[in-house]
Amino acid sequence: MGDWGGYLSLILQGALVTAKLTVMGCALALVVAFIAGLGRVSRFAAIRWLATAYIEFFRGTSIFVQLFWVYFVLPFAGVTLEPIQAGIMALGLNVGAYAAEVVRGAILSVPRDQYEACIAVNLTRFQRMRHVIFPQALPLMLPTFGNNAIELLKGTAVVSLISLHDMTFQAQVVRAQTGSTLIPFATILVLYFLMALALSRAIRMIETRITRGLDGVR
Amino acid sequence: MEWDWAFVWQIMPTLLAGLKLTLLVTLLAAVVAAVLGLALAILRRSGNRAVARGTAALSEFIRGTPLLVQLYFIFYVLPDIGIRLPALLAGVIGMGLHYATYTAEVYRAGIENVPRGQWEAARATNLTMRQTWVHVIVPQAVPPMIPVLANYLIAMFKETPLLSAITVLELMNQAKSVANTYYRYIEPMTLVGVFFLAMSLVSVVFLRVLEARFGRMAK
Repeated sequence: MGDWGGYLSLILQGALVTAKLTVMGCALALVVAFIAGLGRVSRFAAIRWLATAYIEFFRGTSIFVQLFWVYFVLPFAGVTLEPIQAGIMALGLNVGAYAAEVVRGAILSVPRDQYEACIAVNLTRFQRMRHVIFPQALPLMLPTFGNNAIELLKGTAVVSLISLHDMTFQAQVVRAQTGSTLIPFATILVLYFLMALALSRAIRMIETRITRGLDGVR
Repeated sequence: MEWDWAFVWQIMPTLLAGLKLTLLVTLLAAVVAAVLGLALAILRRSGNRAVARGTAALSEFIRGTPLLVQLYFIFYVLPDIGIRLPALLAGVIGMGLHYATYTAEVYRAGIENVPRGQWEAARATNLTMRQTWVHVIVPQAVPPMIPVLANYLIAMFKETPLLSAITVLELMNQAKSVANTYYRYIEPMTLVGVFFLAMSLVSVVFLRVLEARFGRMAK
């Protein structure tokens, strides 16, 4: 019989790392998604190509491969990242690519006549995006962003393989020290699920907050 | 450190062996996902509410937790209760089960997208339940599912590197082992990326063809 309290606190420390990775990864993904998503609908062909290349590259390979590449290959190019930086970068860029397609889809799904109306009332391109297109596109993006955030949370498990001390890594440590397999893995499965639930709740709250007053409009 | 072509040719056979196993795992797991997903979709529609609820909750749980941890669970926990699976089989089952929860949703949406009127017409013309499914519902429900299912097949292919964590010698694991042997990471890791990127670019084209052939499923 081991020191279960100690092992639990080890796993909870890991949970903190997982939560940190998720939050910071999501923040990076959000920024990247808007840059690349807006880039995809830019009027300059060069920017469109650049955004497409980025999106196809990061969607074409898995988070695992990207993480290993960032962690093992970049040091030879003179860029050495801490495991947590590599983790956040790979997660954010990977999920950002998926979310960029969501941004693009939502912006394109705003009806054409909205654009025409903006031209008719002489709004600048920036005003058109800021006041007309974006507020209508945002509610369409949110549910899928929620799914993307959960994908990112699930992706964080992979960082344990570059020896970052997240929840999965700590569960392996507990397994190695106690020889018990069921308890650590069942615990982290439940914890991951609770985090995923919390994420989807949070997104739903943001959704009701943003769509307030839009009933009957859409 | 520079790119060394001689080293690339030296490690190529090992990587190709890994690629072969990756493709094999993907195909096997896809079959498991397709069949299990159908089972989940049917259970989800079950008249027994406890069964339907239970299936929904289980799917939700599997989808909310990382595949890597599920693989660890199958590979490390099941032997404790006497089920010792070889790594490859554990990987195929784990991936198949994970993606079955996604394919089940595709099946469900596909079936629900068949208009109600079709069911009513089948009843009006006195078709049996079997005839309704075989001649009316399935022919309309399946074609729109194909591109979506193909999409998940590609997603599974990209997730196979996770199996290296439970000692399956697929592409990523082969690359890692040659990298550790020669302490050269640039070539193996980059080649793995290139392989996956090339395969997924090809499959994007393939997906476009499927979409053009069968149409997109309305969400």
